[in-house]
Amino acid sequence: MARAAVLGRLTWRVATVTAVRPETATTRTLVLDVPDWPGHEAGQHVDVRLTAEDGYTTQRSYSIASAADSSTVELTVQRVVDGEVSSYLVDVAEPGDRFELRGPIGGYFVWRPSVKPVLLVAGGSGIVPLMSMIRTRKAHPPGLGPFKLIYSVRSPADIIYADEIRHTRAPDDGYERNYVFTRETPPGWPDPPGRLDAAKLARAAPWLPRNEPEYFVCGPTGFVEAAADLLVAAGHAPERIKTERFGPTGG
Amino acid sequence: MSFVDGNDLAGPMREVFAVDITVARARCGSCGRTGAVAEARVYDRAPGLVARCPGCEEVLLRVVRGPDRVWLDLRGVTVLEIPLPAAEA
Repeated sequence: MARAAVLGRLTWRVATVTAVRPETATTRTLVLDVPDWPGHEAGQHVDVRLTAEDGYTTQRSYSIASAADSSTVELTVQRVVDGEVSSYLVDVAEPGDRFELRGPIGGYFVWRPSVKPVLLVAGGSGIVPLMSMIRTRKAHPPGLGPFKLIYSVRSPADIIYADEIRHTRAPDDGYERNYVFTRETPPGWPDPPGRLDAAKLARAAPWLPRNEPEYFVCGPTGFVEAAADLLVAAGHAPERIKTERFGPTGG
Repeated sequence: MSFVDGNDLAGPMREVFAVDITVARARCGSCGRTGAVAEARVYDRAPGLVARCPGCEEVLLRVVRGPDRVWLDLRGVTVLEIPLPAAEA
């Protein structure tokens, strides 16, 4: 059962951008200072609200990328075509800029440190809340369950956090990663470009369902539906598969 | 029509409820399926949010936020099971 909690009032706070970090051609990480940030759990998100000079407001949800309980909030945002909020966050915002933010929000798609094995399945920028889980595990004393990450991207250039994923070493600390390239592979890659399928899933996550892993699947809606169906077809318990869909576009 | 999921309801519903409603389990009034609100299919390309049952596609709830009020239509939810801290003896 999810953690029981009676929460404080959800209020808008003013976040200040303290640094920006390009990740790929279409994504950028914003490091934010949020006064009185109460801390968050791995997998939670925030709502961002922008207000124009004429009073028009618009808001979007973004997953938190930084480790649980870190004092800063990091968001990694992907630019979407005609996205009102994402184009500002990816192309315009600079250190010193301020905007409204509320959170942390959401207690369902949350990983809490435990000894259970975990399978993370990311499609595109669906890696962001899963990276918060990887970072949280890394910051935690040893002894937690093993993590496996399956990360589906169009091409090698679309891998967000590529260096960090590479340097979070396997297998000695119980963390392994596997990529699925859907349009273009690196030179010498064993598989032709193609979507995640049952064979790739079985190869990346050879745990039997009886090991009772926890699953976190995040990405565009179509990717999440397909990946969750593959897991269920392979005998994994639907009630342990947690999903987060961000739709075909983010905005 | 594209959809997201019930995780998207967390912020708007926290404006109304003191608990995170997305971890609550809801029973669909149409097909009887019970599952986390986070698992609902949420259609957000509209003035509000419409959550539908992932089992039968019937409307579970709708939420519309105005400048100074919220309209909450819970027509398709017959039971909400909400985790709370254990009551003190």
